[in-house]
Amino acid sequence: MLELRNVSFEVPSENSDNKIIVNNVSFVVPDDKFVVITGPNGSGKSTLAKLIMGIEKPTSGQILFDGVDITEMSITDRAKMGISFAFQQPVRFKGIRVLDMLRLASGKASLSVSEACTYLARVGLCAKDYINREINSSLSGGELKRIEIASVMARGTRLSVFDEPEAGIDLWSFQNLIRVFENMREHTHGSILIISHQERILNIADEIVLISGGKVTTHGRADTILPELLAGTSSDMTLCSRFHEEGGKSDA
Amino acid sequence: MLDAVQRRILEEVADLHETPIGAYNIRANGQSAERQTTANVDIVTKADRSGIDVHILPHTTNESVHIPVVISESGIEEIVYNDFYVGEGADVVIVAGCGIHNCGDQDSSHNGIHRFFLSRGARIKYVEKHYGEGDGNGQNIMNPTTEVYLEEDAVMEMETVQIKGVDSTDRRMIATLAKGAKLIVRERLMTHGQQSAISYYHVDMNGEGCSCDLVSRSVARDESYQKFDSLIVGNAPCTGHTECDAIIMDSARVLAVPQLDANNIDASLIHEAAIGKIAGEQLIKLMTLGLSEAEAEEQIIQGFLK
Ligand SMILES: Nc1ncnc2c1ncn2[C@@H]1O[C@H](COP(=O)(O)OP(=O)(O)OP(=O)(O)O)[C@@H](O)[C@H]1O
Ligand SMILES: [Mg+2]
Repeated sequence: MLELRNVSFEVPSENSDNKIIVNNVSFVVPDDKFVVITGPNGSGKSTLAKLIMGIEKPTSGQILFDGVDITEMSITDRAKMGISFAFQQPVRFKGIRVLDMLRLASGKASLSVSEACTYLARVGLCAKDYINREINSSLSGGELKRIEIASVMARGTRLSVFDEPEAGIDLWSFQNLIRVFENMREHTHGSILIISHQERILNIADEIVLISGGKVTTHGRADTILPELLAGTSSDMTLCSRFHEEGGKSDA
Repeated sequence: MLDAVQRRILEEVADLHETPIGAYNIRANGQSAERQTTANVDIVTKADRSGIDVHILPHTTNESVHIPVVISESGIEEIVYNDFYVGEGADVVIVAGCGIHNCGDQDSSHNGIHRFFLSRGARIKYVEKHYGEGDGNGQNIMNPTTEVYLEEDAVMEMETVQIKGVDSTDRRMIATLAKGAKLIVRERLMTHGQQSAISYYHVDMNGEGCSCDLVSRSVARDESYQKFDSLIVGNAPCTGHTECDAIIMDSARVLAVPQLDANNIDASLIHEAAIGKIAGEQLIKLMTLGLSEAEAEEQIIQGFLK
């Protein structure tokens, strides 16, 4: 179980006031649950994910994992405790092959080629074409994204955080990706936290957390929140309409 | 016969676990220790100075020549001249390499001057590896010079690796390419401590349609110093590419001095150089897989120098 208690993240800005990116966020990701975070661009979702993984440290508040305060813990220690993170923009490496990455991810230097291939197959990559490729700039955006998802699956930890896993995944593979997450949810004993803008991912969530302007504006069961979201009555949509108004003004 | 230390160093530089198959000449502590020739590959000791002449008959294929050098005594300083004459249409692998084990207080140095004369259509893959070890105060010094003469349509692919233990190296490569000839160089270099490594390349592309591709990847750690100095001259319609990609760490210094000299309107020459520290996001990514920062660094370097 992951618990965020009054987590805030501020950065210094040009004027003396700090810029608040994550503002007093509290919520719980229960064991074996599938939670989706959604919200407008720039609302602080990726920052929140980085705070959970330890890539950024909160300026105030606490993060607990299985009851242990991990607020001050390093990335490595959190990873060892059982947290994984698939980046919104995966990193490229010269010389590190897909197989090497899956071996590092699984923690098994002995991970066999066929085991590695099953992870790639699950994200819809024809394994033999990719296993020996370097994770360098020769990979397309969508390929990189799938390899990133496969590496988090290979870790098989108790909490997996995916930052917009659907981004760059083509229309034809999208349904398979949904199935991948549904499978993960059925077979892994752990929680999944996905940041997504996709209705079809929101559809399979147990719970939805709506973030806007760095704050949690709504949090609850998907079946109650989703209709409201789609009807456009939430604050998320209010923000969108404001955007349209401003756009209209500048046009005039 | 070689002793245990020499055998182990031989493994490091030439991946040789036993006596190689095919032609070989093993030089140990300044003397030729073991040699074997084949019907197509002859090895002859030079009469006027130290070194060997290797003659490879035209159209020799599927053969290899190993010429490793091992120095296990402190204070050996040698200059060795090795010439390779590769006959028309031959296609062979040549493995050189130098390993120094220096536990004494005197410097040990090996200056190997290798000249390659490739006849029309000949192809070689040339692999050299430099390695040093020893806990004495004596320095391990290696200054290899490689001169390459490629006749029409000859192809040379060179792989040069220096990962550990060489205190000072000043390597030079000079190449001349005739029509349709091709030169490919892959350099891998790592320096640490107070080491210094200079790589100098001068390639003259004289024949129509010849090409050269020179890629160096290096890691400079601690207070070490590296200089990558390359000059590609295009005197004919040709294509040339050099790339220097360096990771800099600690208080190291890396200097890249690329030069392109085009004397023909159809000479197409490209140079790419990048020097920088390990990207923070690469470290972070590997740490999210449970690696410590130091482990992540090692993985990134290992991959980069592969
Ligand atoms: N270190 C930082 N310094 C200054 N501003 C930052 C920093 N990190 C994030 N921001 C800003 O904080 C806001 C939230 O960024 P974040 O990446 O978390 O958004 P997001 O919700 O993931 O957006 P998207 O849907 O576009 O991925 C953005 O306005 C961003 O520019
Ligand atoms: Mg984001």
